[in-house]
Amino acid sequence: MTDMATTPGATATHASGAMPAPSTSSKGTRILGAISLIGTALVLLFAFVISKPDAQLGESIRIMYVHVPTVTAAYLLMIINAGFCAVTLWKRSRFADTMAFATGQVGTLMLALTLITGALWGRVTWNAFWVWDARLTTAALLFLMYLGYLAVRSLGGPPEARMVRSSIVGIAAACLIPVVHKSVEWWDSLHQGQTVLGKLKPEVSGQQYTTLMLAMVVALCISAWLVLHRFRLSWLEDQLDDVGLDAALEARRSEAAGVAINVGGAK
Amino acid sequence: MKISPLEVLRDASIVAGKDLRIEARSKVAINQVLPFVLAVVLLFGFALDAETSLLRRVTSGLFWVTVLFATVIIVQRTFAIERSDGVLDALRLSGLHPAGIFLGKVLSLVAQLIVIEVTLALAVVVFYDVSLSGGALLATTTIAATVGIAAAGALYGPLAAGARHRDTLLPLLLLPVLAPVLLASARAFEVALGRGVGGGWQWAAMLGIFAVVYLTLGVAVWGPLLEDS
Repeated sequence: MTDMATTPGATATHASGAMPAPSTSSKGTRILGAISLIGTALVLLFAFVISKPDAQLGESIRIMYVHVPTVTAAYLLMIINAGFCAVTLWKRSRFADTMAFATGQVGTLMLALTLITGALWGRVTWNAFWVWDARLTTAALLFLMYLGYLAVRSLGGPPEARMVRSSIVGIAAACLIPVVHKSVEWWDSLHQGQTVLGKLKPEVSGQQYTTLMLAMVVALCISAWLVLHRFRLSWLEDQLDDVGLDAALEARRSEAAGVAINVGGAK
Repeated sequence: MKISPLEVLRDASIVAGKDLRIEARSKVAINQVLPFVLAVVLLFGFALDAETSLLRRVTSGLFWVTVLFATVIIVQRTFAIERSDGVLDALRLSGLHPAGIFLGKVLSLVAQLIVIEVTLALAVVVFYDVSLSGGALLATTTIAATVGIAAAGALYGPLAAGARHRDTLLPLLLLPVLAPVLLASARAFEVALGRGVGGGWQWAAMLGIFAVVYLTLGVAVWGPLLEDS
């Protein structure tokens, strides 16, 4: 339990005679990282050079190659987070709890990027950073709910209490998503006559479609790489807390033993 | 051991009775939260330049935003009293069913919120010159929204309220989650007051769904929450 040398799936780097330094990298993450880097370079090439501007949206279509992949990655990670939260509550598994945290945190980051790129796209295309349409509003609420999840997860306390609290918040957020989406959709439909802004979903085909699919794959690779590293880092942090507690207990026991000897000697 | 629904309801009435007796003796909701709510009504008046026609138009939204602010205070208070004097440990050892404790908390929150909402309704009639209409829709919306708000408050309250370093977390947890309630209840009120278009009863049904989701969640997870918070 207090093995500092490795985290699940990671490798240890050894110096002769010394305690192996913990590492969050492994052969798998190095390969995944390399694929992500090469993929990112390819996406940049396709997005800025090879693919053509859109007939309606012009050059601003290029933001789509970041915006759509990040929102896909975000929603996928949040579904996985909900799953791991359910497993955590059911099995009280530290692995599931740490995976839930890693996917939740990376998913929140992806959602933040989605909101930022969406705002920039809206500003360029329609001169408005924000529109109160169903999808953006749902995404903004989801973002706030997951900030709440991360805040609860980072509260201190015994690991068991922390995992129960945060998994309940994660599950509650996930259960609420359909209600939020439906209510915001109804609300949006009341405003349809009043908005002049178009939908943020142009028709893509040909090179645009290829670039978008490539960008989706790269976004998923980057997300997986981030989740693996974040999981391992969080695992190490938890082990450090456990080791710290054991070390403090051992130090207190030694003190007590030392005092007992002194008292016995003085007698 | 199988617990019967009647026993859960009995436990709920014990907890609700306890909370309401504490409130009746301490009068925190009456002495502190009601004046706060009236202050917010006045502040909105100042913020919107006392333009009565505008205030009348936005009454539905302002009403429910004020209810949400009051909810945060009341939920914090409800769970702060459990944190003191080892009451939470006593609850764990009491043999009361966690679902019963949760439902009791919901009932007590509903009772306190209804008192606040009735007072708030009188305040908006007076200060914003609003004429009430659509009584059935208003009443149904109020009850459905209040149950949903109370259920969410009773679920997130133990997580965030009443403990050191956690109090400031409650608004962040509760308010985004209550956004659909605010949306639906404000729209339903607009329809009831003759200012909105669309199906007011559709919105009231949405509030019912929200209430059911959170009541179900609360009943399901309050056991582990009580043990581990």
